[in-house]
Amino acid sequence: MNHSLLDIENLSVYFDTPEGVVRAVDGISFDLAPGETLGLVGESGCGKSVTSLSILGLIPTPPGRIKSGRIKFEDRDLIGLDTENLRRIRGRDIAMIFQEPMTSLNPVLPIGRQVAEPLMVHKDLTKSEAFQEAATWLDRVKIPAARKRLSDYPHQLSGGMRQRVMIAMAMVCRPKLLIADEPTTALDVTIQAQILSLMIGLKQELGMSLLLITHDLGVVAQMASRVVVMYAGQVVEEAAVTDIFDQPFHPYTQGLLKSMPRLRVRGDSRSQRLNEIPGTVPLLTEVIRGCKFADRCPHVFKRCRQQQPELFVIRNGQRARCWLKSYPERRTT
Amino acid sequence: MIRYLIKKLIILSILLFFVSIAVFSVLFVLPGDPAQIILGINATPETLANLRAELGLDKSFIAQYMDWVGNLVSGRGNRSINYDIPVYDLILSSLAVTGPLALLAMVFAVIFSLPFGVYAARRQNRPGDVTVMFFTQLGLATPEFWLGILLILLLSVHWGLFSAGGFPGWSTDFWGSLKALILPAFALGIIRAAILTRLTRSSLLEVLHEDYIRTARAKGLRERTVIYVHALKNALIPVLTILGLQLGQLMAGAIIIENVYYLPGLGRLVFQAIGQRDLPVVRDIVLFMATAVVLVNFVVDLCYAGLDPRVRLE
Repeated sequence: MNHSLLDIENLSVYFDTPEGVVRAVDGISFDLAPGETLGLVGESGCGKSVTSLSILGLIPTPPGRIKSGRIKFEDRDLIGLDTENLRRIRGRDIAMIFQEPMTSLNPVLPIGRQVAEPLMVHKDLTKSEAFQEAATWLDRVKIPAARKRLSDYPHQLSGGMRQRVMIAMAMVCRPKLLIADEPTTALDVTIQAQILSLMIGLKQELGMSLLLITHDLGVVAQMASRVVVMYAGQVVEEAAVTDIFDQPFHPYTQGLLKSMPRLRVRGDSRSQRLNEIPGTVPLLTEVIRGCKFADRCPHVFKRCRQQQPELFVIRNGQRARCWLKSYPERRTT
Repeated sequence: MIRYLIKKLIILSILLFFVSIAVFSVLFVLPGDPAQIILGINATPETLANLRAELGLDKSFIAQYMDWVGNLVSGRGNRSINYDIPVYDLILSSLAVTGPLALLAMVFAVIFSLPFGVYAARRQNRPGDVTVMFFTQLGLATPEFWLGILLILLLSVHWGLFSAGGFPGWSTDFWGSLKALILPAFALGIIRAAILTRLTRSSLLEVLHEDYIRTARAKGLRERTVIYVHALKNALIPVLTILGLQLGQLMAGAIIIENVYYLPGLGRLVFQAIGQRDLPVVRDIVLFMATAVVLVNFVVDLCYAGLDPRVRLE
């Protein structure tokens, strides 16, 4: 029985570099139900973006290659799909929003054209129909005087406006899945909130699934219903969003939560220094025998260095890749 | 736009002023007496002195410079010592050869460089790319006069498809004239295509790594659209710069090729004028060439604004 829209199974993506093989994504699995919002969380370089790019077959090859795994979308395996069929899915069934609105739009083409393009390729609309529809969408993402803006170029718009254009461009074909890769990271805080509420509104209206890739747990709390935490190319914890915030199991997830800045409540005299997770992500070229987080983990013990833990079921819907499941007495602090 | 035009005109006039001083000084100190060359080595000192006076060669540096510039500015123009006709006419008739030759050469250059540059970029480091890069390297290393001679040997002497040189004149024989320009234009164009191909390739490769190309692919556009609409329009901006420089250079005359093919173009005119110490002709042509380069650059600027909406002409 399978009613998920997207089902990633044991996906590994390697990059061949002069320094050796980089295991950017190392055997990850997760799935996404229709209409669901899944947050994919982790530090920079943990493999979030590579995962999202491999869904659409956008990993530059070489140096990248999909080593193994399956990416099932509506019962079709996207890995090994020929370019023409993959192209028909891109932008129509699965659309994507990228982190950098400043560089993700083509500087020499008018935004109207860029928003209308997916309609012309996927829906066989004529140019004027497509531009008509593009104007409607620019209006829906709340770009003022949308019709007049069709002939504007990206450099004439602010960062927030450009991200709205990116959203309109992704939504015109009403995709079943929207992948948003750090959609608000490059924006001012006030603009972030506007963009997020715009995305929430559109998602509810269209009933699409959303794969939200971010390092910002605040964004996740606001948007997602389930969270997958990645570390060094692996899934280390997966849980419903409430469980992640209330009872995180993996020491890395706990570290991420502690390193979130919080507003100090008046009268609360406790020192609110920002916690950080000591150390850095291991080099992905190294083969690590035990747990990849061992070097930075406050609870590390012998077994962690000897054998890699599997994803243990913690409770219903929550799984974590940590030996503490088998040795609960080791959790001292 | 008006302000931009005025700015360009001011730059042009300042440039022409300095070019005129430079060319005048160089020719002034150049050994070789025009009077002597005209009259031959057996001329008596008196006839030489008379001719010098007639040509104004006995005046001071400043006076001669003022004469020359005065003639240009007042519109009287200068006369060729050698042919005794206005330099203006000489330049115009040579330009009727050099202009079409330069344009035709650039047409060849673009026809070859764009498709091959795009082809090579799309097959980076694969056999197709390596082959194209090999031939561009060959093109860069080949002197154009040698290629010109080879073409004459093969296509004119051996196969008799083209004439081996000379130019019948547009009014006498239009098609014959066009045909006479094809081989030299091809020789000029193919060498320039080598540079443009490499530039198109590297520029396109750079653009293909840009975020907006990833966006275009993520939208599900056909690879054709991604390359020719989204990437090429950006990649052509640096190519256009070099193309403009090449065209400007060619408008100033292709001295060697025009000599190989006996074409009465600007390059050949200035080459002969220097040999005959026909100073007014040399000076005027050099000034004209400087103007041509500035004008071509002006057209290139206009094209920039057409390609890249971020460029504003100011």
